Amino acid sequence: MAVPEISDGFTGTVNRITLGATKEEGGTRTSTVTIGGARNVVYGGSIEEKSEKPVIAIDVLDSKPEDWPDVLAESYKDVLDSPGDWAKKCVEEFGADLVCIKFDGIHPDKADYDADHAVKVTQEVLKAVGVPLVLWGCGNDEKDNQVMPKVSEAAKGEKCLIGTVTEDNYKALTAIALADGHYLITEAPLDINIAKQVNILASDMGFPLERIITFQSTGALGYGIEYAYSIQERQRLAALGGDKMMAMPAICDVGYESWRAKEAKLVDAPGWGSHVDRGPMWEAATAICLLQAGVDIIRMRHPKAIATVQNFINQIWR
Amino acid sequence: MILIGERINGMFTDVKKAIADKNKQVIQELAKKQTEAGASYLDVNVGTAAADQEGTMQWLVETIQEACTTALCLDSQKPNVIEAGLKVINADNGVLLNSTPLNKKSDEQVLDKYIEMANQAGPKSSLIALTMDKNGVPQDVDTRVAIAAEIVSKAMDLGFDAQRLFIDPIVLPVKVPNAQVQPANVLTAIDQIRMLCDPAPHMTVGLSNISQGATERSLINRVFLAIAISHGLDSAIVDVFDKELVNIVATSEMLMNKQIYSDSFLKVYTAVNKA
Repeated sequence: MAVPEISDGFTGTVNRITLGATKEEGGTRTSTVTIGGARNVVYGGSIEEKSEKPVIAIDVLDSKPEDWPDVLAESYKDVLDSPGDWAKKCVEEFGADLVCIKFDGIHPDKADYDADHAVKVTQEVLKAVGVPLVLWGCGNDEKDNQVMPKVSEAAKGEKCLIGTVTEDNYKALTAIALADGHYLITEAPLDINIAKQVNILASDMGFPLERIITFQSTGALGYGIEYAYSIQERQRLAALGGDKMMAMPAICDVGYESWRAKEAKLVDAPGWGSHVDRGPMWEAATAICLLQAGVDIIRMRHPKAIATVQNFINQIWR
Repeated sequence: MILIGERINGMFTDVKKAIADKNKQVIQELAKKQTEAGASYLDVNVGTAAADQEGTMQWLVETIQEACTTALCLDSQKPNVIEAGLKVINADNGVLLNSTPLNKKSDEQVLDKYIEMANQAGPKSSLIALTMDKNGVPQDVDTRVAIAAEIVSKAMDLGFDAQRLFIDPIVLPVKVPNAQVQPANVLTAIDQIRMLCDPAPHMTVGLSNISQGATERSLINRVFLAIAISHGLDSAIVDVFDKELVNIVATSEMLMNKQIYSDSFLKVYTAVNKA
């Protein structure tokens, strides 16, 4: 049977966003990344209605991760202590479109590093690579409110993507991101109603809707991916239906979530196949699934998974 | 929901006076305030005040366009008055022609004429067609649906996209002897007309008519609007200054899952609706 052509038209468009500021725009980035712009669902409509190519942001941690499985840490073993070198490797060897600095080390339950440390890491990475950056806090509201404004300032004018802000904690970071010319990540706990609300709250503070990217929270394969998929799909359909409060591009955290799954990292599991391939496959499957729901930026970790997903993106969005 | 602001109509005394005095400010204030209140279109009706209806229509359109870029709904039963308005309108902002019956005793081809005018006005033009023909306004469901079917089929024949077509099943005043069956008839007609084609044509009503001459007008308007939205009404000519009415539209659309709920759903409705 022939595959029927999907020709349903929509009235809305996902916002088109360009991250990164080059020298001409007052920054120091050597490249920029443009995402969004979809006027239809991923496999629907004409070529012109497709979004910009989705992109991959590779995670760089601000401090050496203690809990990464060997299969994952192996690829970065020489650079885990040096965020600058780590970022360089991501761009030069693995083809990262963006580098996402994840400030795990500032978390009070982890290394509890201070703002000076975070600023130093940010400057180091800015110097090491020319791609646009994503700056992602540790998830502890109090600590993020102390540290992330300083991080924002350190990258002022670079048009970074900074976050995350939530319904209960959005004022400090929204204000500083606005002042420093960054783009903002609004986070919701797999709840479309809260997702819309946090966009409205940021917008009420004068933050332009056109500079917001949403993070709906991510569930990996086997760990809630169906919730993540359907919420991304719902967001996309609302955007295409003309809801300005939902018309933002979306980001997913696939790397962290996939490597939490025991199926991805368990070494001693007879019948599950080699753990060397299993982890990257878990991460790639999660990413590819979410890309089909219309996600625009995927945060990833393992080079093999990244290569698989890059290949998929290049096939579908050529 | 496509809300059409009803206030720029020569039947209102302030507008009638503004037309007579050529007072632009009154008209422009109404245009801007209705836009802020959530109107997607501004109805423009010269009423009966002016002798020169064509000239007055043009003056109103030009006056409004000096103040805002909101889409206009040219409201007249006379094709020549609509045509006069179209001559000076910026159709890129969107224009709705309001309105035509299927046919008239005096003019069998009236629908063709309106579709032709809408087609000539460009891709952002739409048309309101009434479920009414040379025999007058039907009282029952079946005749309303039959007329709508003829309108839809005519539009298709003339290459006029059903998504640019607004069908008005004609709301009648509830306070008329034996007219109390009419609101339910209109609702059933909306259900059936929306099944005539896919995607369905827009459904619109002149809301205030339902409470003509009655007490508790505003309450009657609001409740009927909420019920009609649940049947798929997606447009109405209303008083957008009735804040509670706009809130009811927002709430009805949210309850019908046409807008995603958020705690600020009332506050953002106007902004979201104008997308």
